[in-house]
Amino acid sequence: MSTLTFAVHDSMTMLRRNLKHAIRYPAVSLGSAMMPILMLLLFVYAFGDSIGAGMGGGRDAYLNYLTPGVIIMGVAAGSMSTSIAVCSDMTEGIINRFRTMNITRSSFMTGHVLGSVLQTMVSLVLVMGVALALGFRPAAGPVEWLAAAGLLAAIAFAVTWLSAALGLISKTVESASNKPLLVQFLPFLGSAFVPAASMAPGLRWFAEHQPFTPMTEALRGLLSGSEIGNNGWISLAWCAGIALVGYVWSRALFNSTTKR
Amino acid sequence: MRSSVMPTPPHAGPQSPVAVSTSGLRKAYGDKTVLDGIDLRIPAGSVFALLGPNGAGKTTTVQILSTLVAADGGQALVAGHDVATSPDGVRAAIGVTGQFAALDDLLTAEENLLLMADLLRLGKREARSRTRALLRRFDIADVAHKRAATFSGGMRRRLDIAMTLVGEPQVIFLDEPTTGLDPRSRRTMWDMVRSLVAGGTTVFLTTQYLEEADQLADRIAVLDGGRIVAEGTADELKARIPGSHVRLRFTDAVEYERAGAAFPGATRDDENLALRVAGDGGLDALRALLDRLDAAGIRAADFSVHTPDLDDVFLTLTGTGTTGPAGTGTTGTGAPLHDQETLR
Repeated sequence: MSTLTFAVHDSMTMLRRNLKHAIRYPAVSLGSAMMPILMLLLFVYAFGDSIGAGMGGGRDAYLNYLTPGVIIMGVAAGSMSTSIAVCSDMTEGIINRFRTMNITRSSFMTGHVLGSVLQTMVSLVLVMGVALALGFRPAAGPVEWLAAAGLLAAIAFAVTWLSAALGLISKTVESASNKPLLVQFLPFLGSAFVPAASMAPGLRWFAEHQPFTPMTEALRGLLSGSEIGNNGWISLAWCAGIALVGYVWSRALFNSTTKR
Repeated sequence: MRSSVMPTPPHAGPQSPVAVSTSGLRKAYGDKTVLDGIDLRIPAGSVFALLGPNGAGKTTTVQILSTLVAADGGQALVAGHDVATSPDGVRAAIGVTGQFAALDDLLTAEENLLLMADLLRLGKREARSRTRALLRRFDIADVAHKRAATFSGGMRRRLDIAMTLVGEPQVIFLDEPTTGLDPRSRRTMWDMVRSLVAGGTTVFLTTQYLEEADQLADRIAVLDGGRIVAEGTADELKARIPGSHVRLRFTDAVEYERAGAAFPGATRDDENLALRVAGDGGLDALRALLDRLDAAGIRAADFSVHTPDLDDVFLTLTGTGTTGPAGTGTTGTGAPLHDQETLR
């Protein structure tokens, strides 16, 4: 076997381990689906009428606007759970066992990232299911659905690498679970819940330039069957950038941490 | 090239092959020196115990030899591979069980072992059969399908070692393998170590229990303050400290003087009318000593045998020279240990 097949084999082994964890403790996957689902219910039934009216539609129109935003929030929330899993592994003895075995070094992180992406995608299917049950009516064809899934996977992949790095710099699982809150909160300060154009000037500038806004807009466009303009490419560029930073940062952290 | 650096290359000599050898191993964290030039030479198939108080550098030594931590200086070869230049070669040859259980708590015992087999890239059949054998050998077959999180301390340690053995390593590092175990689990662990060595494996263990080193190890090195302060078999170490002697006490000064004449080599304690006769405390030596007393017609008031145990060795060797870690105690310095004992 070559180095590459070793790397693939080891990463798959690590991935299986993480998926086993996920299946055994579905609370994590379900938990990361719960938050967006609750947001969906809250915003549709509590605020939906007035926000919808403000945007020139009703509750149903707002549901169509909101769902892509909530899905993006779900990606952020789900991906960030990686930092907890990574940190908890790093603080347990098992990591030192892996480090003293002749396995591909990167497989540990790769296994976590791939596992988390799959988990996030599953939880997104749940959120989408709830949205459809509530009356969300997307106008996307098969190509758009595929593109939307690809976009979401790319976002999940990017945010998960960042999250993995945050897990590595955390000394305790508690602090690992706090750090991602910032990222999870970020979609609120974009066009996920209300259009950026309706925000106060300073915030509006931030909302228009932060990564989750083009992602939300691209997904909204794909699902509603409207034009997405440059948002698709801008999103993918953001994903590539975030993934690269997360990956390089994680790798440096993982290789440098000598454990107590 | 490499051998020119060291006065004696590790593979020199006609002795048995060397499993682990180090020369001048150094490590410091910040300005705190943890290892200050460690030289070791461990023959393959033997049990080696690194004995030392907390903070002596035992774990650091294991971490360096198991490629977890890089040394600042010196060289270390494990199973013929240099830890610095060929860490993967070392990793392929070793198994490590650290102080804290390295298991996946969310997986069952069987899944933990299969995970190791997968990472070792064993085939399915081989993975199954090794897993089954280890579950049985470590007496965890009946809980094979229970999650490791539910295991007791002793069971966790057994599973931990079983995981280390999946790869059938040539050299096994056990860092304080019995710390925190109850006496029964400790015995089980000792039996396990003995059976490993019987199978040809080299075992490198660290411990702070002298009895453990005495029971298991072919050779013992005493580590203190980052230096090896003594090395040898348990008996050699015991012989290194003075004090194996027979003490004879007299009530009568005349009798005492006569005994002094009969044992000219003995150390006199005029104040207590006691004589210290050096000897190994063995039966034959005792018999000879009693015969000599009889022959001279001397009656001693009382008689006691003092054999140093490893505790004496440990305290004597590690009591001095350390300024740092607490717990090494204040005994062992100054006056010989045995003079503290008063006999009636």
